[in-house]
Amino acid sequence: MMPTELEITERQELFLSHFRQQEAQLLSSEPAWLTEQRQDAIQSFQDAEFPTTQDEDWRYTNVSPIIQTAFRYEGLGGQSSPESAEISAQAKSIGGDGPVTARLVFVNGHYSEKHSSIGSLPAGVRIGSLRTLLRAKDADGLRVYLGRTLNLRRQAFTSLNAALWQDGAFVLVPQNVALTDPVQLVYLSTAQGAPTAAHSRTLIVAERNAQVTVAETFQAGDDGICFSNAVTEIVAGENAVVDYYHSVRENNRSFHIGLVQAYAGHAAQISALAVSLSGALVRNEVRAVLDAEGADCTLNGLYLAKGVQHVDNHTTIDHAKPHGSSRQVYNGILDGHATAVFNGRVIVRPDAQKTDANQKNRNLLLSADATIDTKPQLEISANDVRCTHGATVGQMDPEALFFLRSRGLQREEAVALLIQAFAGEILDKVKPEGLRHWLEGALRTEFSNASVAGK
Amino acid sequence: MGSTANNIEVLSNQEYKYGFVTDIEQETVPPGLNEDVIRMISAKKHEPVWLTEWRLSAYRHWLKMREPDWAMVNFPPIDFQAISYYSAPKIKKDGPKSLAEIDPKLLETYEKLGIPLHEREQLAGIAVDAVFDSVSVATTFKEKLAEKGIIFGSFSEAVINHPELVRKYLGSVVPTTDNYYAALNSAVFTDGSFCYVPKGVRCPMELSTYFRINAKSTGQFERTLIIADEGSYVSYLEGCTAPSRDENQLHAAVVELVAHDNAQIKYSTIQNWYPGDKDGKGGIYNFVTKRGKCAGVNSKISWTQVETGSAITWKYPSCILQGDNSVGEFYSVALTNNRQQADTGTKMIHIGRNTRSTIVSKGISAGRGINTYRGAVKILKNAEGARNYSQCDSLLIGDQCQAHTFPYLEAKNSTAQIEHEATTSKIGEDQIFFFQQRGISTEDAVSMIVNGFAKQVLKELPMEFAVEAQKLLGVSLEGSVG
Repeated sequence: MMPTELEITERQELFLSHFRQQEAQLLSSEPAWLTEQRQDAIQSFQDAEFPTTQDEDWRYTNVSPIIQTAFRYEGLGGQSSPESAEISAQAKSIGGDGPVTARLVFVNGHYSEKHSSIGSLPAGVRIGSLRTLLRAKDADGLRVYLGRTLNLRRQAFTSLNAALWQDGAFVLVPQNVALTDPVQLVYLSTAQGAPTAAHSRTLIVAERNAQVTVAETFQAGDDGICFSNAVTEIVAGENAVVDYYHSVRENNRSFHIGLVQAYAGHAAQISALAVSLSGALVRNEVRAVLDAEGADCTLNGLYLAKGVQHVDNHTTIDHAKPHGSSRQVYNGILDGHATAVFNGRVIVRPDAQKTDANQKNRNLLLSADATIDTKPQLEISANDVRCTHGATVGQMDPEALFFLRSRGLQREEAVALLIQAFAGEILDKVKPEGLRHWLEGALRTEFSNASVAGK
Repeated sequence: MGSTANNIEVLSNQEYKYGFVTDIEQETVPPGLNEDVIRMISAKKHEPVWLTEWRLSAYRHWLKMREPDWAMVNFPPIDFQAISYYSAPKIKKDGPKSLAEIDPKLLETYEKLGIPLHEREQLAGIAVDAVFDSVSVATTFKEKLAEKGIIFGSFSEAVINHPELVRKYLGSVVPTTDNYYAALNSAVFTDGSFCYVPKGVRCPMELSTYFRINAKSTGQFERTLIIADEGSYVSYLEGCTAPSRDENQLHAAVVELVAHDNAQIKYSTIQNWYPGDKDGKGGIYNFVTKRGKCAGVNSKISWTQVETGSAITWKYPSCILQGDNSVGEFYSVALTNNRQQADTGTKMIHIGRNTRSTIVSKGISAGRGINTYRGAVKILKNAEGARNYSQCDSLLIGDQCQAHTFPYLEAKNSTAQIEHEATTSKIGEDQIFFFQQRGISTEDAVSMIVNGFAKQVLKELPMEFAVEAQKLLGVSLEGSVG
């Protein structure tokens, strides 16, 4: 049901009160430029209004379940973290157990030093919580990057994050430094009885010739209603290589709205891989701007939805300069009454000659009631380009199933194997081994709960 | 590519061939739109009361609607009060009884356009209904078609002679409230073609309508209704031209097709309205609603369009696949050159079981043209075993043109199989080189490559039209080699 106008205003009022709650505290603890940023953001949140299905970008995703929930907000210092043993245990296992450069854990948007570990870092590398960094002497260095690439106009959720973010991770890799092991960021949400909203912010900066791998995981700590509204900014300088992973495993009552805003410099390579395993309403948006010659962008995604879950993946790749290239592969598996959305947008600006872009979206429908709305878009204003896209929707191939069964596999085994293969097309691209194994395991768990095997 | 630059010069100055004006005495109502104008149009056409009321209700609804702005086209707002909604060549009496009574100037016009109005041109084998501004001026081969029970002629005649058919089907596929331009059309449509093919009849010849806008400051609002009863077949062609003028003229047509059990309708369009000059001055705004309903089982509707004209094209010929096993097809070549803008595509709505649809769209952008494919494939809950294949290719010629693709795929049934593919590319230098190596000029090479690019669609056109379409592509495009 669509929320009434009154409800929307009420909810807007609620988030505004969250802002007012901590405004004074922010003024005293943050540099002026950041306070200014937050004030601009709350203004654009007020102007933006929550999106409805009348908005082309939200045509198939109705956010009214989020709007209709009265969330609790843990502002600065208002952190109520009686951390249970359960959370501690979870915090350790999430995201796999391969070697890491650093591991930062956030609970409801607040940094949890207890669960985090940062090893010895090469000279110049900065990894830590944003709030800790803001207290450092050189905090103004952040000003160059933080929030610089975000577009807040008519973006209610992004604006909300920009105004309300409590904490998040900061990863900076200086010139000519390559980090071999991934940086792992874990965002846990726990409702502890009342619906809770968390707004986290991650900033990843790779300077010239730097290399870094960052894996973010968003997970529910209990089965209460949580709303994680996350924004990740990636800035890749000349020749830099950023390998980024965004995994969402919220519980079936929780909401996740994630935006990854990436900016690629000259010959930089950015790859982002989004995996949505569960959640009542998950929206992953990736926007990449290739703003210098020869930049390269790879976006991959795997989404899984069952029951009455809704998962929405939006990508935008903006080729602004010549000789850029981009590839996208998104695979979706839908079961039950699940609904999924894929919207992939490739823009080639008049200047961006010699662009090579391709995009693929494949969907596997396992039940009669699942719905998929896919919309691959190409907007091309340069002539010397090669752009292709493809989208398919289909069932499990009966011939492949027959092949496996004729070799003595049970139907359930055969189905599971084919699903694994379909998901594998994306998961095989996950480079950190620990994370890949963790994702594969999570996928198997999700499926053993699904109705698939029974059919 | 020095020689190419010269060619561009020569060929881009090539003028629109059909840009002449026929000097003929015309009866045109003053510009403006209100209920009285609609009543006047209705009265002029001796329409029954229900139709007048139908128009008025459409008009009242239109007043409440807003112009759509989602299409990727830009144009200054249209002043609907500045358009004259009725214009017709003056007729002495009730209307021409035979070709001999038609104003020779009119015949001359169609002669210039190469339309076979004279029955002596029987060899052409096409029955033509010609619409000049607001009214139908002549229909050929009427008797021959009548022998088979086929009704083909102007819409106005059909309203008078077959009111029961018109009343039953008018607005059944495109309701008056469908969209802004369809509502406007429903209120003020003046004429168009009507065709009814009875049960089990295979129409022995191609039916054709030629539309011509002649008068200044007029809009053309025609209405076409084609009904193929059980087991029948009809192939219908339409062509369009207009004089070159500096101001923009509006063309807002509605086409409705109904195919009953086992019936087939093939609808082909060659749209060559005046596209405006190379700076984008003048030209026709072509805002058309075309939709076919496969109402019966095993029915089939096939749209083929070659869009080379118009300053702005806004057109989505669609199929409602209601009957089980029904088939919808859409083949399109859209070309934009200079400052033309086209936002075109299709909508395939799968309702019945085992319904199938094919979409092949070829967009060619040259000069500063903007070409957008916008299509939707909807598989509804009960469309068990539905199948869709879409292919949208864009060819870019010149570095200032744009090509966009917006496909919407919505599947609500897991047995659905949907495939969509799109590519965008320019003509490869290696391809051109291959031709040049064999002594073929760049111009000819481009023309051949473009025709090859569009071939999949052109082969769907009836033979006579295919030849014309090929030439048209050549004329519209040559000179834009990049």
